[in-house]
Amino acid sequence: MAITVASAQLPVGESLRIQKNRIGPLDRTVPHDKRICIVTGTHGDELEGQYVAWRLAEKLNKNPWDLHGVVDIYPALNPLGINSVYRGMPQSDLDLNRIFPGNGNGPVPEYLASEMVKDMQGATVCIDIHASNIFLRELPQIRISETMADSLVPMARFMNMPLIWIHASATVLESTLAHSLNSVGTPTLVVEMGVGMRITREYGEQLIEGIFSLMSHLGIWGRKTPPTTPPIISSDWQVSFINADHSGIFIAEANHTARVEEGEPLGFIADPLSGKVLEKIASPVSGLLFTLREYPVVYEGSLLARILHGTP
Amino acid sequence: MQRETLFTINTIYREPLHIDGIFFGEGEKALAVVGALRGNEVQQLYICSQLVKALGERERAGRLAPGCRVGVIPCVNPFSMNLGKRFWAADNTDINRMFPGYAQGETTQRIAAGLFAHLRGYKYGVQLTSFHLSGDFTPHVRIIDAGYHDLGLADSFGLPFVMLGKPSPIDTGTLNYNWQVFETNAFSVYSKETSQIHEESARRAVEAIFSFMAAQGMLRGVGDADGARQRPRHFHEENLVTVLSSQGGIFLPRRAAGDRVEAGDALADTLDPYVGEMKERLTAPRAGIVFFNHDSNLVGGHEVAFRIIPDL
Repeated sequence: MAITVASAQLPVGESLRIQKNRIGPLDRTVPHDKRICIVTGTHGDELEGQYVAWRLAEKLNKNPWDLHGVVDIYPALNPLGINSVYRGMPQSDLDLNRIFPGNGNGPVPEYLASEMVKDMQGATVCIDIHASNIFLRELPQIRISETMADSLVPMARFMNMPLIWIHASATVLESTLAHSLNSVGTPTLVVEMGVGMRITREYGEQLIEGIFSLMSHLGIWGRKTPPTTPPIISSDWQVSFINADHSGIFIAEANHTARVEEGEPLGFIADPLSGKVLEKIASPVSGLLFTLREYPVVYEGSLLARILHGTP
Repeated sequence: MQRETLFTINTIYREPLHIDGIFFGEGEKALAVVGALRGNEVQQLYICSQLVKALGERERAGRLAPGCRVGVIPCVNPFSMNLGKRFWAADNTDINRMFPGYAQGETTQRIAAGLFAHLRGYKYGVQLTSFHLSGDFTPHVRIIDAGYHDLGLADSFGLPFVMLGKPSPIDTGTLNYNWQVFETNAFSVYSKETSQIHEESARRAVEAIFSFMAAQGMLRGVGDADGARQRPRHFHEENLVTVLSSQGGIFLPRRAAGDRVEAGDALADTLDPYVGEMKERLTAPRAGIVFFNHDSNLVGGHEVAFRIIPDL
């Protein structure tokens, strides 16, 4: 059932609507006080979650008797961004994921953000699905702020994602949906996977399995699910960042998600005008290449790769 | 007067991005003025150009106090300004969310770090800035409450209002917040426009900076401290009265920033865009001075149409 969570009139003959699909249990004799929120489309250029939203709804529609709780699917928190191939909110150029928890008396983006938080608050768990942007391809992963690690990692283990990246807290990230919900006691896991403007079905299916596994663990899904792959947890390892020192065209040589050895070529930065190689990039460590540059045009400082390494 | 390149980043197929500063005098780092950090801040660029011109005249007339170094950085982001883009054109990130910067990080983090290395250590810092909402302001000085501020110092700009604002998490990446962290007295000077030049308010902004410089002993002689005779009104940002639209349509403002209004005065009419009938008349809920007005002739529902400084 499609429900409008928040809306605001646009200037000419249209309203901006934030919608969710609420799927509840058919068996009313089963207690269904538990609720999971599946949220995506915060950035209009991140489409990996579109497949997951559709696939999850399709599966639940086919097996409604196994549902023992409420599933709220929010496929597009930023519908105008998705409609215009735009990462931020098109009218204001604001990044929606930097204005939470919003403000009911603020301008449209802040008002919508506050309504979203109100609607999701109180859920048993919330899964906030992001793709990477258009520049980087990411191994499917759960990202958790270190301050929330103790409470969220046990749930994240069910998500069938190969990596749980526990990152340092940053003040700017206090304006994200996940931080806002976690701050009010609604456990929220952030998924990053794939690349912007594309759908990687394999990753989507992997995440769907994880969502059913977590729902089964929480008692929202009545069937047993197959065991998920144990994740690597980044706090046991180290992450190396590799940034470009030259502007040019990045040509990747290593394969994304491969294990690379120290000194192994990751790629090079070319200058098509002169035919020269401006920079050769070799892996500084041996480890898992979990992030790799996707968009070839780079500037000094552009992130090219991230490698998980060390000994647990 | 000396022109110096503070930071350079090479780009593919374009000339290198140079951030240039124009400096006056030698000695203690007294005052830095930063203009366009974003590519649409044409008014801010114009104000700096006029400031540089007028500072040159005062320097030639021997009116700059000895032992003071004054720097003006008219444009941090010609890379985007030359394309008509507000944010960094390659990845749409905002340089004014990247301070204090990170020299080993992503491109805009490197730009912020490179610039901030020069801007640190000034006794006073002025940023000519803009707001993410489309609209006009009455000229004012804004100070972020980041623990190192002096409202009284702001009086000497001679502008009619001084506003103290609480920083939100995303403000922690702004230049002014970080100037304060590193013990520079930082002020944001807002003039009327952003992407269009408004000569009268630009002239007033230049006069305000000269008034401040005269009051702090950076300028000698008469004529530049006249504005300081006007004692501004101080207020907290949270005390502004916001007037939200509830209807979308064609927006016909009846009052503008700087106008005095009484409670109940008509502020704007919103018309049905198809049939021309009035959908909504916005009125002033309190008597006061219009601080901000929405400047587009289209408006959506729940947009900030006006902000009013209420009478005490």
